[in-house]
Amino acid sequence: MDLPETLRYSKDHEWLRTEHGEAVVGITAWAADELGDVVFVELPEIGRKLGQDETFGVIESVKTASDLFAPVAGEVIAVNDALGGDPEMVNSEPYEGGWMVRLRLDDAAAADELLDVAAYRELIGG
Amino acid sequence: MTARRTALYDAHAALEARFTEFGGWDMPVRYGSIIEEHHAVRKTAGLFDLSHMGELRVSGPGAAAGLARALVNEPGRLTVGRAGYSLLCTRDGGVIDDLITYRLEDDVFLVVPNASNRESVASELRERLAGYEVALEDETLATSLVAIQGPAAAGILAPLTELGVAGMRNYAAAQTTVAAVPALVARTGYTGEDGFELFVPWDQGPAIWTTLLEAGAGLGLRPCGLGARDTLRLEAGMPLYGNELDRGTSPFEAGLGWAVKLDHDCVGQAALEARSATPGKQLVGLVLQGRGIARHGYDVTRPGEAEPIGTVTSGSQSPTLGRPIAMAYVPPADAAPGTMLKVVIRGSAVPAEVVPLPFYRRPGP
Repeated sequence: MDLPETLRYSKDHEWLRTEHGEAVVGITAWAADELGDVVFVELPEIGRKLGQDETFGVIESVKTASDLFAPVAGEVIAVNDALGGDPEMVNSEPYEGGWMVRLRLDDAAAADELLDVAAYRELIGG
Repeated sequence: MTARRTALYDAHAALEARFTEFGGWDMPVRYGSIIEEHHAVRKTAGLFDLSHMGELRVSGPGAAAGLARALVNEPGRLTVGRAGYSLLCTRDGGVIDDLITYRLEDDVFLVVPNASNRESVASELRERLAGYEVALEDETLATSLVAIQGPAAAGILAPLTELGVAGMRNYAAAQTTVAAVPALVARTGYTGEDGFELFVPWDQGPAIWTTLLEAGAGLGLRPCGLGARDTLRLEAGMPLYGNELDRGTSPFEAGLGWAVKLDHDCVGQAALEARSATPGKQLVGLVLQGRGIARHGYDVTRPGEAEPIGTVTSGSQSPTLGRPIAMAYVPPADAAPGTMLKVVIRGSAVPAEVVPLPFYRRPGP
């Protein structure tokens, strides 16, 4: 299972890459694999302020629809519009082209509270 | 109740299938990508384990007459070696299940119901056949059923059997051997493609599965789960019991009036005749023009109105069309192709156009 060492992870199977008080958010390779072929991703408006664990979008695979949760509080400053045409990037490159939103963090240190790779690996059972 | 496993369970597990409970059985939903499995069936071939489906053998001198009484059409009109689509309806004309009936001999029929309805179909048939000289045996747990579907299916199957499968007509069926395994081979399916279904003894399921997978390995055959089976049948506009069909729905509402022969005496005949003239709803195809996937149970509205007029029965992204499609029940007045409706997806009304079913028809030979 591809789980980059440098990322932080949430119990809802999202990853966070933090830099300069901002965070890029997507879903993990494990979550993408569980969902199967992603066919649609609904993303929030730029400027929306999200509380921690607030629903910010929906990801749909052939079989199911799942909510996306903000792993930390922040304001949406960018969304990955490319997923509109190529939602399957969530499956093929979950940590690169499959990113979903960029947040300006309310608290730059909030990500430290999330799981590191070892803890996330344990969460998904190895 | 614990879900049953087919004889192929270990073979699926070895292929790293993901399983789902369906109709009381633990079935593979996908091996990898549902979309890739779907395309394999449209372009080359896919192999399915359908051993969860029921097999009811109805035999005896009264079989043809009894089935005619029990079902909405007359399997006794089939010649030996042919199969037909049929329905078991309530006295009110609602659908208990849809079935394929195979005439194996003059007095022997094989009736194949959906997995989830096997027991209710068997008990209903027993009741309706009570006055006829006929025996009904449930052979489901003695039968493995494997389907090979797609344009390459005939070419993969042909070298394994003396039966001339390429020359078989659609809905023909014959007893033969496939790679030394006794098999009833039928040119039937539920994908909108050419293909075959092979009924074999339960414990021969793994052998036939492995033989077919190996025979098709170089020809693009891949194992396919129920996920692809669902998107394939949806594109082909085929109803699924529990989605498009239930006891509250008449065959006419579901677009299956062609299967009902009102000119024969059967259980529910009077109700069926009445309901043929006044369908309360009509099954339509929808192509969504906005974003999102319409799913089972979502509301359908008219543009500018909030009150739901109908319900989505099945929906998915169509792998072949590359667009979200759905089937839905709407009032007959709203069912004409070209009508613009809306599907309510998480509170947003997404435009959807009524289109003729099926969404996909395989290219002609």
